Amino acid sequence: MSTGFHIVVCGSLVPDPLQTLNPVQGANGPGLKNELMLPAVLDPFAAHSLYEAANLAKKMPGSKIWLVSLGNKAKLQQLMMTIAQKVAFELVPLDGPASGFTDSFEVAAALAAAIDKLANLDRSRLLLFGGCASASRDAGVTLQMVGERLGILDQFLAVDELKLQEDGSLRILERIEGGQYQVSACAGPPAVLAWATGNLPEPPNNPQIGMQNMRVIMPALQKAQPAPVAAPGVTFASVTLPAQQRQTRVVKDVPVEEIAKEIVAWIKE
Amino acid sequence: MEKILFLAYTQDDGLLPKAALETLNAAIDLASKLQAPLSLGLIGDNVQAAADAIAGCGAQEFFAVEGPDFASSRYASDAAAAEALARRAGATLVLAPSVSRFARSLPGAALRLDGRIETHVCALDPGGDSLSIQRWYYRQRMIATLTRSQRPWFLLIDPGVFKPWEGQQGQATVDKVTVALPENARRTRFVGFEAPAADAQTIRPEAELLFVAGAGWTKKQADGQPHVKEAEKLIHDFITKAKASLGSSKSLVDQTCEGGEVISLLSHLNQVGQTGATPRHPKGLATCCHGEEPHTVGWRFINERRAVNLDGSCGWAIGKADVLYVADAFQVMAKVNELLGD
Repeated sequence: MSTGFHIVVCGSLVPDPLQTLNPVQGANGPGLKNELMLPAVLDPFAAHSLYEAANLAKKMPGSKIWLVSLGNKAKLQQLMMTIAQKVAFELVPLDGPASGFTDSFEVAAALAAAIDKLANLDRSRLLLFGGCASASRDAGVTLQMVGERLGILDQFLAVDELKLQEDGSLRILERIEGGQYQVSACAGPPAVLAWATGNLPEPPNNPQIGMQNMRVIMPALQKAQPAPVAAPGVTFASVTLPAQQRQTRVVKDVPVEEIAKEIVAWIKE
Repeated sequence: MEKILFLAYTQDDGLLPKAALETLNAAIDLASKLQAPLSLGLIGDNVQAAADAIAGCGAQEFFAVEGPDFASSRYASDAAAAEALARRAGATLVLAPSVSRFARSLPGAALRLDGRIETHVCALDPGGDSLSIQRWYYRQRMIATLTRSQRPWFLLIDPGVFKPWEGQQGQATVDKVTVALPENARRTRFVGFEAPAADAQTIRPEAELLFVAGAGWTKKQADGQPHVKEAEKLIHDFITKAKASLGSSKSLVDQTCEGGEVISLLSHLNQVGQTGATPRHPKGLATCCHGEEPHTVGWRFINERRAVNLDGSCGWAIGKADVLYVADAFQVMAKVNELLGD
């Protein structure tokens, strides 16, 4: 009998959070100025889910991880230079825009179709991982739609913890309102887990894993299927940076007591 | 013509959460401006009390999916309930509060109806013939106004954007919609909630004030030593006395994972900013926070903002805070706590 999980992680690239972002209007809708030139990182929540997948796979021998990633092929290749050194996975690249302005419905369709075609994927052992929301569209809906297209009815959003129980069931903690967790018990895979940050630090780089991954990643990138997702039916009237710039009053060389009094008076207003 | 459905679930007390009443207000206003019929769809164990509480809202129809299977939050049952209610109402626009239960389940419901969904909606503009909405992209770094041709269009409305509905109670006639769950929809079981003890809870969405603690609290101070325990006490005392909610910058939270000496009050749940939350509070006080635009989105939705920082040109505060106090936060907060008393 096969053991371990088949973990499919959906995650793509986003501009490095430290970059300055400016929207521009292109022929096909809004985008980012110099988007292809911006340094990119693996979407932060998706990255956490990849690390959680690696941690889970380590505990469960026989597990396998796929990373399904929709983005510009050349940018994905750059991204893999860093990510591939951290976790062993098989890359399934889809060559298309990673823009936040594409429609999650279309993105989900492309991702689900790619997962559907994965050879040797055992659906009865499938855990579909990803971030609970991207740092680009930030809608938090794509993974649920991928799961729905794959017929998975056990779905969890903003997961911070997954524990395997002795009976094979899953105990899952999801972030909910007011700083609380919802605790759920799931009979087992297949399930969708859209991760928040989890509790793991970023794994250190391991050149051996990197070399092993890259042997598979480079041919996969060369064969990446085109996925020209867009946002049909959506009309963007405007995309702007927040214009509000506050006139900051700088208070300095003032005794601590006076500052404290002013703060307390303001709090009590 | 549009047909609007307002969706909500009932809390343990049988009533609707505040976020739902805010969305109800938005739905009523939208229905009025679009001259569209408004239906209500409620989900819960028993929804009659909630329906009665909003009976005077002017909705044409009340629908409900109720029963023990729908009492607690679970994707399979929530998505099935929402799908059934949207079908029954024949809705073209479905408005629901952006809360975890709907954030998890409505994308699937929208897909089943071949609809589309927008989340974190922060404005509705029914001007002209078509509805436009506003939402943020790239984690609150740019805002878009957009419209869609596809229907049904699900809209998850962010809490804190609209005022909660207030109005007459009454006796609502609720049309029950039957949903037969398949057995595989019960593979997930709600176990319960985990939360810190009431006196240890630091995240208070209803608080007037958000207190943001930055990484500076754990750095070496003037004497060349870090004073993490002292920082922890100052922060704890302040949020207790001021009944404030506690937020933190990413770097401070990351230290929890990295094994350094940490402020034990903080977890990833407290994190605000690019990879954290963007809570809505009337006031915000940031202390020892550093960084430029990407880091400051955590207090994008705070109305009045003040900051305490040793750096007079701090990018976190200049142009983003109303007042920047250039001072030692340890000294200032100790004095503030003293003035706040017990």
